[in-house]
Amino acid sequence: MSYWFRNDNRLPQVRLAAASYVIVGMITLLLLGFWKLQVIDADKYGQLAERNRVRSIPIIAPRGRMLDRDGRVLVDNYPSFSVLLLRDDAAAVEKNLPAIADGLGLSLDDLKEQLNNTEKLPKFQPIVIKPEATPADVAFIESHRADIPLLEMLMVHRRRYLPGGFMSHASGYVGEVSEQQIEASNGKLRPGDFAGKSGLERQYNDLLVGTDGMRRVVVNSVGKEMKEMRLTQQEAIPGKQIQLTIDYDLQDVAEKAMEGKKGAIVALDPRTGEVLAFVSRPAPDPNDFAIRVSKEEWQRLNEDEDHPLMNRVTQAQLAPGSVFKIVMATAMLETKVPPENFTAYCPGYANFYGRMFKCHIYGKGGHGEVGIHSAIVHSCDVFFYNVGMRLGIDRISKYAKMLGLGSKTGIDLPSEEPGLVPSEEWVQRVFHHKWYPGSTISVAIGQGAVTATPLQLAYMVGGVASGGIFKQPHLLKDAPNVGEVRVDLAEDTVEQVTQGMYGVVNEGGTGGAVKLQGIEFCGKSGSAQVMSNNERSKLGKSLSQNKDNAWFVGYAPRRNPEIVVSALVEGGEHGALASGPMARDIVKAYYDKKAKKGQGDYKADYQQHKFANGTPTEVAEEPKAVSKPDQSTAVLAAGLPKKPHAN
Amino acid sequence: MKDAPGTRDYDWWLVAILAAICALGVIEIYSATHGSALVGMHTKQIRWLVVGVVLMFALSRVDYHLIMDQAPVLYIIGIVALLAVLLVGHTRFGAKRWIPILGEFLQVSELVKLIIIIVLARFFAEVRTDELSLQDLIKAGLIVGLPLALILKQPDLGTALVLMPMLVVGAFLAGLQWKHAAAIVLIGVMMLPVGWHFMKPYQKERVTSFLHPEEDAKGSGYQVLQSKIAVGSGGFWGKGFGNGSQNQLGYIPVRYSDFIMSAWAEEQGFKGVLLALGLYMALLLRLVQNAQRAKDRAGMFLVMGVAAALGFHVLVNVAMVIGAMPVTGIPLPLMSYGGSATLFVFLAIGLVMNVRLRRFVN
Repeated sequence: MSYWFRNDNRLPQVRLAAASYVIVGMITLLLLGFWKLQVIDADKYGQLAERNRVRSIPIIAPRGRMLDRDGRVLVDNYPSFSVLLLRDDAAAVEKNLPAIADGLGLSLDDLKEQLNNTEKLPKFQPIVIKPEATPADVAFIESHRADIPLLEMLMVHRRRYLPGGFMSHASGYVGEVSEQQIEASNGKLRPGDFAGKSGLERQYNDLLVGTDGMRRVVVNSVGKEMKEMRLTQQEAIPGKQIQLTIDYDLQDVAEKAMEGKKGAIVALDPRTGEVLAFVSRPAPDPNDFAIRVSKEEWQRLNEDEDHPLMNRVTQAQLAPGSVFKIVMATAMLETKVPPENFTAYCPGYANFYGRMFKCHIYGKGGHGEVGIHSAIVHSCDVFFYNVGMRLGIDRISKYAKMLGLGSKTGIDLPSEEPGLVPSEEWVQRVFHHKWYPGSTISVAIGQGAVTATPLQLAYMVGGVASGGIFKQPHLLKDAPNVGEVRVDLAEDTVEQVTQGMYGVVNEGGTGGAVKLQGIEFCGKSGSAQVMSNNERSKLGKSLSQNKDNAWFVGYAPRRNPEIVVSALVEGGEHGALASGPMARDIVKAYYDKKAKKGQGDYKADYQQHKFANGTPTEVAEEPKAVSKPDQSTAVLAAGLPKKPHAN
Repeated sequence: MKDAPGTRDYDWWLVAILAAICALGVIEIYSATHGSALVGMHTKQIRWLVVGVVLMFALSRVDYHLIMDQAPVLYIIGIVALLAVLLVGHTRFGAKRWIPILGEFLQVSELVKLIIIIVLARFFAEVRTDELSLQDLIKAGLIVGLPLALILKQPDLGTALVLMPMLVVGAFLAGLQWKHAAAIVLIGVMMLPVGWHFMKPYQKERVTSFLHPEEDAKGSGYQVLQSKIAVGSGGFWGKGFGNGSQNQLGYIPVRYSDFIMSAWAEEQGFKGVLLALGLYMALLLRLVQNAQRAKDRAGMFLVMGVAAALGFHVLVNVAMVIGAMPVTGIPLPLMSYGGSATLFVFLAIGLVMNVRLRRFVN
């Protein structure tokens, strides 16, 4: 060993001591760094760590079902999967978009447009890019969890309606909420949420929607869900089930009667205002909207000349034709203008103000001498022309309004139309000229400016036959605060008018063909011109295109009826022939069911209907569920719309 | 020359501190890997620790003067090994740093660090003046410069950087003149752009992402951000063993190795950091104390070379974990998982023990 290290024990003690201080200083600085992160900014980093590991996925609450009055499920849900795109990381979204579009079979342009449209929404809110995932989509998402950690599956509940547009105008349909609705909802609605867009779905949306829950899952750094790590989740609160007044059995008869026709049927229980059947045709199948309706399909439905989206029961404002004679007869008997024993001679036509007005019997002779009873039974126009001329438009208008025409009935459906009852004031306001007395003659037989909806006519006839008690029509069973209007009608008036309507069916009147054995079936037919003969010839349209609308409003029994049915067939020509049998069949079905129930051998079941995806319908396990305390209070709070028809 | 030091003469305090640090390391490696595909890593680490301890005691038995006698030979061996790595080395993680020894891949540059400590200690011990002359300073610089260049070529910036504090601390203790120090700093600053020019793209990226972390959300900026989230979310008390979400769910990059301090800080909180850094401070101060009590300048330089290397490791690694320094790939001594790095630390401590055992002799 060499001794290169000899005699060198002079150590630089000062500099070694300095090294100690450097070490202490260094460790202190590092500790300060940790103090900053772990104590001062601990909350901030804690949140960042939480955001890293926790992914929140909404649990969609199912909408409440709709049941018929016997507890049969009319509108249900089925589970389905939606594909969500997580948008927190804009750069990653940008990068993976083509792969996502390709993998899910979506157009890249559409996807980009959707992203642009939802730009204003908070980034942490995922958006639905494909509402109905196929098994292939599911496989794609699962196999690309690591390299495309932006996709998530969301279990949703799709609406399921009975097929063929069954009751579709009453139930309405749901649709994805628009961006405007989301912004207006104060964070309650998210993209991809569904809300009622029409009908009961819209009317009772607040009842039907539940409160979505939130599933919180732990994800690792490559976006894989850590199934073994459980986090508290907020359960979804399902929407409330609602029971309707609709009677599936009657509804089914009505649907079948209207098959392939254009028009509407509504059946009411005038004692309660309950709607027993509600059909409007043509009708779209709301199942088609349950996922996502394409722009083209939507445009087609809107531009369809037959207006399938129009709810004819509450929105078709048409001339009531001879059904209006019930208003005329009531007004005449109440005002005694002309007196009760007034008769007119009908040669098949009459002249007023230098113009000839035909009776419907014109060309086949005349009704001869007619009084009020036979005028109703045979629907003599000449008689009512005379009555109308004597009453004058203001009295006609007053009674029409009193009996519920010209104002909404207050049914619990959105966008009900009020119809129109013309008056001198109305002509002055809208057309700025004086009322032409000749117009009164047309109005007297339900033509001219007077219009009413099928619902209004059922309401009116039901109210009159009930002695002036008008119950607010409604579809929600056990609804509280059902509005009631009492019109003071003389007993004699009610007796004469109902005797007239009894005669229509049972005394060889216009409705003689729809007589029912053993049932006091009454009614009034109407064949209303779509436009006047003059207009028709001016437009040069073929007659077949503008055939008369066929009305029949039937009810039973004669006094204080249990059921009133208003049937309309557009272009059906003869009310008694086209619409009468429909009303009759429903009334018959009502009595058949009543008889069966009385004998105790009625069982509520479905005929042959199945839900759109093939699963058979069932009777709801617990129809009484609707009267659970929380639900009834909710219904109470919601209540029915304010009733515009007031005495 | 008597050479029969007894077991009483070992620095048992130092051994205790080392044992504690190793324990923290094994615990956190276990916590970071037990639920993953890397399960069982802690037992591998224990194996390395055992080998390390054996080597430490073995090295302490050979008089350090004898080892330092062979400094020129060791230096040549080191240079040849580095050249061999460049020529036939095994590429792992994109850099040639590894050659297979004993069936395991060993990082040659770890061995070179040890050799440079010895060579520098020998060089400075032979400087007889109280003040370090410019001539000697340049010589020392050249001694370090050659292996440094070769390590940079691998490329391994981290290890290359570790050679610098050895030189700086050695020169300082050898009587570095303030004017020379000032001149070096000045030249260093001026050389920065040149250095930038020679940096590899990934190194440049690390530096830029350190300076502008927000521009690099997924690269090393992401790593540092995730590390900071882990550390910060640990809070004062920590999330508890095995409960760090950043750690367990893999958000912390190489959480069992370079970023183990991040995992530790998340699960054990500031109190755990206090313990760990306290142990490191005790370790380093203990080394300085050993240097102060060394029998001769040669021993002192040897111990301080080790202190410089370990201190630099701790500083750069921990500062990286809290985002105060760029990502360099320098492990945390005895806590990070790694065979070569662990063996280096134990061999270096072996040298320190060696010096200590002979402090009263002569």
